[in-house]
Amino acid sequence: MANKLIGQNYATPDIVAKVTGQAKYAEDFRADGMLFCKLLLSPLPHGRVKRIDASKALAMPGVKGILTADDLPAPADVVTDLGQRIAANTKGEKALSNEPVYQGEPVLAVAAIDELTAVEAIEKIEIDWEPLPFVVDPLVSLRPGGPNARLEGNVWGKPKPPAQGQPPSPPAIEELKWTAADFAEYDQGRLPMGKTPDEWSYGDVDAGFKNAALVLDETFVTPNTSHQTLEPRTAMAYWQNGKLFIHCSTQSVVQTVGSMSRWLHLDQKDIVLISEYTGGGFGSKATGTVTAVIPALLSKKLNAPVMMRIDAETEYSIGGARPGMHGRLKVGFGKNGRITALDMFVINENGPYEAQGDTGMAGRIVSLLYQPEAMRWRGVSVLTNTPPRRAQSQPGGMQGIVLTEPILTKAARKLGIDQVAIHRINAPEGKAKFGPVNPRGQRAYATSAFVKESLDRGAEMFRWHERKAQGGKRQGSKVRGYGVATSAFVSGSTGYDGLFVIKPDGRMYIQSGIGNLGTESMTDSHRVSAEMLDIPWEKVELTWGHTGRNLPWSCVSGGSQTTHAHTRAAHAAAKDAIAKLQEIAAHTYGGNAAAYKVANERVSGPGGSMTLAQAAQKAIELGGKYDGHELPQNINPFTKGSATALAGQGLMAVARDTYPRDGATHSFVSAFAEVEVDVETGKYHILDYVAVADVGTVIHPHSLGGQVLGRSMLGIGHAIGQHWVYDQHYGLPLAKRFHQNKPPTILDAPQKMAWDAVNIPDPETPVGARGIGEPPVAAGCCAVLNALADAVGDDVFRRAPVMVGTLLAALEAGKPIQEPLTAHI
Amino acid sequence: MAVIRDVLPAFELFQPTTIDDAVRLVDKYRDDYWVLAGGLDSMDWLKDRLRKPRSVIDLSRIPELVGIKEANGGIEIGAMTPLTAVVRHPLVRDRFGLLAEAAELVASPQIRNQGTIGGNVSQDTRCWYYRGGWNCYRAGGNICYADTPTAINREHAILDADRCVAVSPSDTAPALVALEAQMVLRSARGERVVDAEHYFVGPGVDITRMTVLEPGEILTSIRIPATWAGAQFYFEKVRDRQVWDFPLVNVASAIKFANGRIDGARLVVGAVAARPKRLASVEAAIVGKPRDEQTADMAGRMAVEGAVTLRHNGYKVPLMRNLVKRAIRGGPAAVTT
Repeated sequence: MANKLIGQNYATPDIVAKVTGQAKYAEDFRADGMLFCKLLLSPLPHGRVKRIDASKALAMPGVKGILTADDLPAPADVVTDLGQRIAANTKGEKALSNEPVYQGEPVLAVAAIDELTAVEAIEKIEIDWEPLPFVVDPLVSLRPGGPNARLEGNVWGKPKPPAQGQPPSPPAIEELKWTAADFAEYDQGRLPMGKTPDEWSYGDVDAGFKNAALVLDETFVTPNTSHQTLEPRTAMAYWQNGKLFIHCSTQSVVQTVGSMSRWLHLDQKDIVLISEYTGGGFGSKATGTVTAVIPALLSKKLNAPVMMRIDAETEYSIGGARPGMHGRLKVGFGKNGRITALDMFVINENGPYEAQGDTGMAGRIVSLLYQPEAMRWRGVSVLTNTPPRRAQSQPGGMQGIVLTEPILTKAARKLGIDQVAIHRINAPEGKAKFGPVNPRGQRAYATSAFVKESLDRGAEMFRWHERKAQGGKRQGSKVRGYGVATSAFVSGSTGYDGLFVIKPDGRMYIQSGIGNLGTESMTDSHRVSAEMLDIPWEKVELTWGHTGRNLPWSCVSGGSQTTHAHTRAAHAAAKDAIAKLQEIAAHTYGGNAAAYKVANERVSGPGGSMTLAQAAQKAIELGGKYDGHELPQNINPFTKGSATALAGQGLMAVARDTYPRDGATHSFVSAFAEVEVDVETGKYHILDYVAVADVGTVIHPHSLGGQVLGRSMLGIGHAIGQHWVYDQHYGLPLAKRFHQNKPPTILDAPQKMAWDAVNIPDPETPVGARGIGEPPVAAGCCAVLNALADAVGDDVFRRAPVMVGTLLAALEAGKPIQEPLTAHI
Repeated sequence: MAVIRDVLPAFELFQPTTIDDAVRLVDKYRDDYWVLAGGLDSMDWLKDRLRKPRSVIDLSRIPELVGIKEANGGIEIGAMTPLTAVVRHPLVRDRFGLLAEAAELVASPQIRNQGTIGGNVSQDTRCWYYRGGWNCYRAGGNICYADTPTAINREHAILDADRCVAVSPSDTAPALVALEAQMVLRSARGERVVDAEHYFVGPGVDITRMTVLEPGEILTSIRIPATWAGAQFYFEKVRDRQVWDFPLVNVASAIKFANGRIDGARLVVGAVAARPKRLASVEAAIVGKPRDEQTADMAGRMAVEGAVTLRHNGYKVPLMRNLVKRAIRGGPAAVTT
């Protein structure tokens, strides 16, 4: 492929609006007669609404109406692309609840002419509450006789197998308690390991431990972290001619229509969703948020547009968080550092609602990243009365790696092996296998992995081998430490559609159904089409962020799928365009279509040459498939609708990605960090940080660098300070504001930061590009944790984040002091 | 009544342009008013709807409350002087560098531009139970939620707790106490001047207030006498984040030397008690001693005598001890810490 656009920097089409403040986010929209609504949040960690008296509120001038859980449509069944019906989970999260299961859960909403009136009305509402049992610590819930977060129990059970011809059953909540004996080692800080609902293994784990030169058995705890998006999940909605128009903060655009349709029982064609700019999601707004239906329903009820602005404290409650994980890993190492066996046990704090997949993902990613010769995984996800957990960048994989990395580098020190070397010897390579054996007797494998190359490049950039000897040497009250970490995560899906039109003005009009959540994949991935057609980027018009503007079926903008999925879709659409252009040229000038080439904004061959503008005009004249009046059968119905609306305007390129893929797409990052710890205060600084990504072909260096270092900071936040705080007696959160739950600031960023990418194409995708959003997170977190351990020694901290008091108290006492297993301290 | 923690309550806003007018207003509304300085503390209280005053008296339009001037070899700082102006003022930097360093470590640049010196010393405690609206002793109730078996109290007091374990959050307060500053208070009855050390009150004296400021009184200026001008200063603040964070512990010292020995010292620690903790006995103990590691050690050990830790704040004892040591040891102040 030529290289005019791919791998080159450029000004993305949204950038001027963003830096000049012209970009309009959900909160910036206004409509005539617009009302404002505010939410009444549950004051209890778990309770039942016995009676609501809103009479005084509704009698206030300016108050227009109220929405309660009773006004919500029942949860709808899900119908998959294959037409399979999945029964609705009636125990899942809803926009409003009469039995809130965490403090801060929305109970009702009041709409009024302004926010002050709405708030004063809410203060006049009387609710009779029946307090219910609660728990905010998964281990407390697992104890014999421990409280359950839900009336039905504390874990999600496996759905029962459906009867013949019946839809799959919804999952059910069950109770899981461990024995007192399971908790025997709790006070020593060793994670209890009782019965778990899930387990898998491969290889001979016992033999692996038997043959190991070193076996470590360590407990580590990772933090629950809010997503801390700069834009809260604000939404504004109105109805026009039976259609819902909704401005909301969401990661995805096209995919969010599906969830809105499900939540509101609306036909997808009756929803117009507008989200041109989103101020971050990190997994918490993957397909929107269920609370966005509140202004939609209020608007319908009151026949007026309704704006729901979400304040910081409400965002803390409804925004969601990464589940914290308690883990205990027993790892056997050969003399050379190779992992001979790994026995992983994880407890996930699930929050009160939908089952999170973090435990399973933790096991699969650890198995991929460190390639243990034999492995067993056990996990349980426990319900608690804390805000809902949602996927957060590198969900589960991040926690799994954070549980493992400190053990890997501890083993390196014990075995006298260099940190890079121990990562290298365990690194996946090529079509590396991972996870358990499937029912067909096979293990899944990666499409490709170049972790060793990224480690080598990082070591070179960081000058690892020159600098590492300084680790642990004290100068005055300061001691430096050096850390290396690797990371992995899934990074791409397949099967989506590309859609663009070349019009008789010679310009290329690309339709993007991808969300603009800040990663720039909504524009970057389409550069592939322009590159293949050799059209200058200046002649490309990109339409995105408005489902009324004929967008193609696109993937969820989450899980690092987009770059992979949509460079493929863009490739497929460009191939379709090229074929059509060749055919048009051959039709016009005669000869074999394949003899015509598309370059320099022309299609040229033995019989003659025409501009793309002329070809577009020809396409309209020819009609049929050329201008979109005939469409391929295999594209998604959503794309079909959009393409139909765009037909007749020029040469239409529309195609589904049907390229083969052998393996599961994953990306990797290696990271290096230098820290300086002041042993008299416990305060530390990150002096230097280098991250090298293995993400296949680099599409856009600026946005890639932004992701590599930006997501590294997200991970570094987990290492140095970001956390939740709960008082377990009351079940209530204490750290609900930024200055209390402490996401990192710009001055907490490493003093020096650099990145690179190995830029080796993935062989299983036509453009060679994989996604990047996820793997830098654990790399950033663990490079810092490993550097800290290098500075102050092992057995100083055993949970993240590592804050001033953790280090200082342990250094003072000569052993870890911080409570090892209590959640949310 | 349902609770909602968003949207400023409605109030009547007054924006007097002279101190006399402001004093008349606080006198008139003495049962139900809120004085607004830079708003960094106030807006939290108001926006959380935990305080709903009938009237808000905004001091930001009173020119005579802003500025730094020389007075009797010392300086006088108007209470509404922004922290950034305190940090940058040449007189402060030349003579009372301790205050400049402390003020520069407050919160973030934006907050220092907006926040005032008077507001910084008069702000309320940040105990997350109290600020979260829990009805504790300090809020007029009869329990300290931060001192129960399940309480999370990593940021709380290790000294002088009396029912309440909240701490003073100010960075400038320890520096001002160390510099023997005086607080000038005005009311309808006239002016009174209070030593900075006595401006702050612990829960044993009044559990609902952090300062001696009475209803009807306004802090108008802070005077710093020449006493410690040009002494050797040390200020260090340890916090979780490098910017926009309150101190876990901070320390301020002013030391004079004669013949290579300590001739006089003021030593104050913040965020370990409800008021800036002046270590008078340590000051006395180090006078006449050389500035060396042995003296620093002794001072550090003495400083934390009587400390009582809670479940999660044990680290504050070695932290305070080591910061006091460093404050005696001197050297370049760790302003970036």
